[in-house]
Amino acid sequence: MHSLVLRIVAGSALASLCAAAPTLAAEGRAGGKLLLTDGITTVEGSAGGGIASWAVIAGQETNAGVGGAASATLIALPDFTLTSLGGAIGIRDRIELSYARQRFDTRDAGAALGLGKGFTFGQQVFGAKLRLVGDAVWDQDRWLPQISVGVQHRRTTQGAVIAAVGGRHDRGTDVYASATKLILSRGLLLNGTVRLTKANQWGLLGFGGDRRDRHTAQFEGSAALLLSPRLAIGGEYRTKPDNLGFAAENDAVDLFAAWALHRHLTLTAAYADLGAIATVRGQRGLFVQLRSAF
Amino acid sequence: MLLLALALALQTPPGEEPVDPYPQSNANAGATPVAGDRLWQAFGEAPGVARIVDRLVALNVADPRISDIFKGQDLVRLRRTLKEQFCYILGGGCTYTGRDMKAAHKDMGLQAADMGALVENLQAAMRAEHVPFAAQNRLLAKLAPMKREVVTR
Repeated sequence: MHSLVLRIVAGSALASLCAAAPTLAAEGRAGGKLLLTDGITTVEGSAGGGIASWAVIAGQETNAGVGGAASATLIALPDFTLTSLGGAIGIRDRIELSYARQRFDTRDAGAALGLGKGFTFGQQVFGAKLRLVGDAVWDQDRWLPQISVGVQHRRTTQGAVIAAVGGRHDRGTDVYASATKLILSRGLLLNGTVRLTKANQWGLLGFGGDRRDRHTAQFEGSAALLLSPRLAIGGEYRTKPDNLGFAAENDAVDLFAAWALHRHLTLTAAYADLGAIATVRGQRGLFVQLRSAF
Repeated sequence: MLLLALALALQTPPGEEPVDPYPQSNANAGATPVAGDRLWQAFGEAPGVARIVDRLVALNVADPRISDIFKGQDLVRLRRTLKEQFCYILGGGCTYTGRDMKAAHKDMGLQAADMGALVENLQAAMRAEHVPFAAQNRLLAKLAPMKREVVTR
């Protein structure tokens, strides 16, 4: 009896939906954001530039759906190689949940540092981001940017080495606030992020150190120029803590070009300068990322 | 009654279906015009905008993502009012005689993704007319805030 009533209710609901269908666009269709407007994926897995988190939510879905992105990133430096595999889910353009798995290969430098040739640091980053206000893309009549807050919890693999070089923790949590604005009439996208972090070299060398063991405020800035609906070029800057006595840590800079090869595929190439890493200076090289978003 | 029907018929441009009367104002266009006429020239003035609007409507009607929205709509009126709106916003000096954005899209149940599809089609139409990318973005920047009036869910 109960199921019959349910079936009749469901049946009539379906019938009225079908009757209404011609006046409405298809429900639940995929996508909706404009190309490149959800950025690319940071090495930490969240939507943003390559090294700076942005206020945008990963994936191409709007407030009507659940989207996401997956990415593979390679940073090839003179003495080290960083790879990062990232995945993110964007829920109703409001909440982003992300994950990244990084591998930092010391190659020959590992032997020079006494770690052993090819010694590898690893890190997992679990992220969450909440869009608070604003719409970076559509609110073109307001100066209010899109503002989001986020958290990134990091877990590294080499606790013993980290402790030996003065790192205080092998786990750490960053919190950040980002503001992103597209000034469409100029084709210019701007982002600023303030991050509270203890991370040494992105967290790969642990959190806190012999010089300082508390969160400090760091800045991430990005500027990008749209050259076509499919191509953006720009630059980023990221300050980092300098907690470890054995090796000074520098700010990171990159110059990038992001090209939407396809609606669901973005290729980014950048020249990245990560400064000195673990006493090895001049770590400038190529950043390449392939990202698929849906 | 007969007079009202006659007045309405006289007001309705040829080929268009009558609409309920509404106060006419350029404020209905939903954006202020740009200064000067350089953008208007970049769009190829009236002939260029006419081709862009015709192409935009044709692309929308053929776009499986949003074609259903245009079924049963008065496309003759849509083309005319869009041309007026673009001309007004681009500094072409036209008067906009259409309804405001909220009234024009009432009960359509439009979603954010519909605006996204529309913008992509407009970009394609502007590209076909060789409107420089920077000029395209200046029009899109004027249209983008209308999302708040147009998208209802």
